Amino acid sequence: MRGARKVENLVLTVCGLTAALVWIFPIYWAVVTSLRSESHVVSDDAGLLPDGFNLTAFTDALFNTQIVRWYFNSIGTALIITIGVIVSCMMCAYAISQMRFPGRRLLYGIVLASFMIPAQALVVSQFILMSDLGLVNSWAGIILPQLIVPIVIIVYKQFFDAVPKEMREAVILDGGGEYVLLFKLYLPLNWGITTALAIITFIGAWNAFFWPFLVTTTEDMMTIPVGITQVNDVFGVAYARLMAVALLAAMPVALAYLIFQRRVTEAVMISSGVKG
Amino acid sequence: MAVIRNPRKNALIAASLVAPFVLTFALVFAYPTFQVIRLSFTDSPLIGDGEWIGLDNYWRLLSDRLFYTSLWNNGYFLLLTVVPTTALALGMALLVNKLKGRWQALVLALFFLPYILPVSVVTEIWTWMLDFQFGILQPVITLFNGDPVAVFRNPYWVMPMIALVTVWWVNGFNVLLFIAGLRNIPRDLYEAAALDGATARQRFLRVTWPLLWPITVLVLTLQLILQLKIFDQVYLLSQGGPFNTSYVPLLLVYREAFQLNEGGYASAIALVIFVIILVVSVLQFQLLRIVGRR
Repeated sequence: MRGARKVENLVLTVCGLTAALVWIFPIYWAVVTSLRSESHVVSDDAGLLPDGFNLTAFTDALFNTQIVRWYFNSIGTALIITIGVIVSCMMCAYAISQMRFPGRRLLYGIVLASFMIPAQALVVSQFILMSDLGLVNSWAGIILPQLIVPIVIIVYKQFFDAVPKEMREAVILDGGGEYVLLFKLYLPLNWGITTALAIITFIGAWNAFFWPFLVTTTEDMMTIPVGITQVNDVFGVAYARLMAVALLAAMPVALAYLIFQRRVTEAVMISSGVKG
Repeated sequence: MAVIRNPRKNALIAASLVAPFVLTFALVFAYPTFQVIRLSFTDSPLIGDGEWIGLDNYWRLLSDRLFYTSLWNNGYFLLLTVVPTTALALGMALLVNKLKGRWQALVLALFFLPYILPVSVVTEIWTWMLDFQFGILQPVITLFNGDPVAVFRNPYWVMPMIALVTVWWVNGFNVLLFIAGLRNIPRDLYEAAALDGATARQRFLRVTWPLLWPITVLVLTLQLILQLKIFDQVYLLSQGGPFNTSYVPLLLVYREAFQLNEGGYASAIALVIFVIILVVSVLQFQLLRIVGRR
């Protein structure tokens, strides 16, 4: 009986690993391609296994495209978006969850309703607004519409609702006001969900395509997911370089995921309304 | 315990807490929402003023053949993605759930990884995989078709291939939701079923499947909404071609607004798409819940 169990487990593990390796093959293939020379990539003797360690494609990507500039734009805008979203949504969620003020219900209703409106429906009027404000092709233009992430308020509100009232009263007895309560009690108690939300907000901002694609008009203002689509146009088909550029673009989010795996998983589950 | 404090001061503090969000929201979300509605009744170019033309944009849309083509294409795309990714993700989640410890974490991470890639990275990797001359998948295509195919320039292959790329990209998210659902099923239900002599098949059909139904509804609904508003991968892989066979509604919005300078007409299309998404997703959600209750 136990022997059969062990064999079953082994078979399942092998099946799972095989499926996962097949699934991930395109990424593997991108890595293998990026480490070859352009001529080897398209030659007949280019096999499935990695051969050699040719970094030309990467140096090419770094020095012959504007990738460093796109990195700078992506890191800058994604960081500002992340901080802006987390701070503004946390403060708003705290007020909705813990305070009584006129318009509280209405405000939360609007947050819930805006969750239903797809951002894509607004791009035309948002673009016109950015143009009126003179913000087309600027960081502010890239950042502003991405600051509205209603789900972060919804998640924070749930977590703040769950903080025991006794802890709140203790702080109030010590003379603490609402800001003290938020930053000395509610935030420290919810560091876990804060980092989780910050990581997926950052990944989302880094990966955003449609809006940055619309609002940037020159190559030097593009974020990395938009910029890398230009490489193709300039050089024609050069797949080793294309894969190197793609891998460089994906590196920060892939690393963030691998390092903070459990937090990312947790945040994805919670923000979709299921508890893991 | 009520905090005894001046209600006016309290409201001021609350206002200062909600201000950063509310002001940003008013500027970049609420105002554009009203604007897009107003614009849809005008003949405005993208930049500049236009005249009020009432419902003309909507009448025009009703006779725009490209609009119907794009709706039809997007419907076909839904068929190719929503149910397939849900079924695939369920299968993967069941497999991952059977694995132990580190192997489970590793396999799940590999299944999930594509989901966190930027869309243009995904499309570039697949453009290379499916390249007409040198793509590593062309031998596989030749096996089925007899010849290599330039998939994104072929009217029959283009949608299924964009669907394949999309499923590969988003599937990890669905796997994760199913895993969460599976973990929420109490273990003692399985033990009780095993004590009653239920086979593995019966345990799946009588315990796992019914208890997982709410998650299945969630996954189907989220995917439906997501795949009704595709733009990025279509634009990057085929730009709507060949012969408009992969043209989708959001591509129409993009073209009218940003290439043909038709701000008013593009706004009308965007609003109609939004209403379609809302109606279809509410209908599907209710329908699936009724099915689940039986």
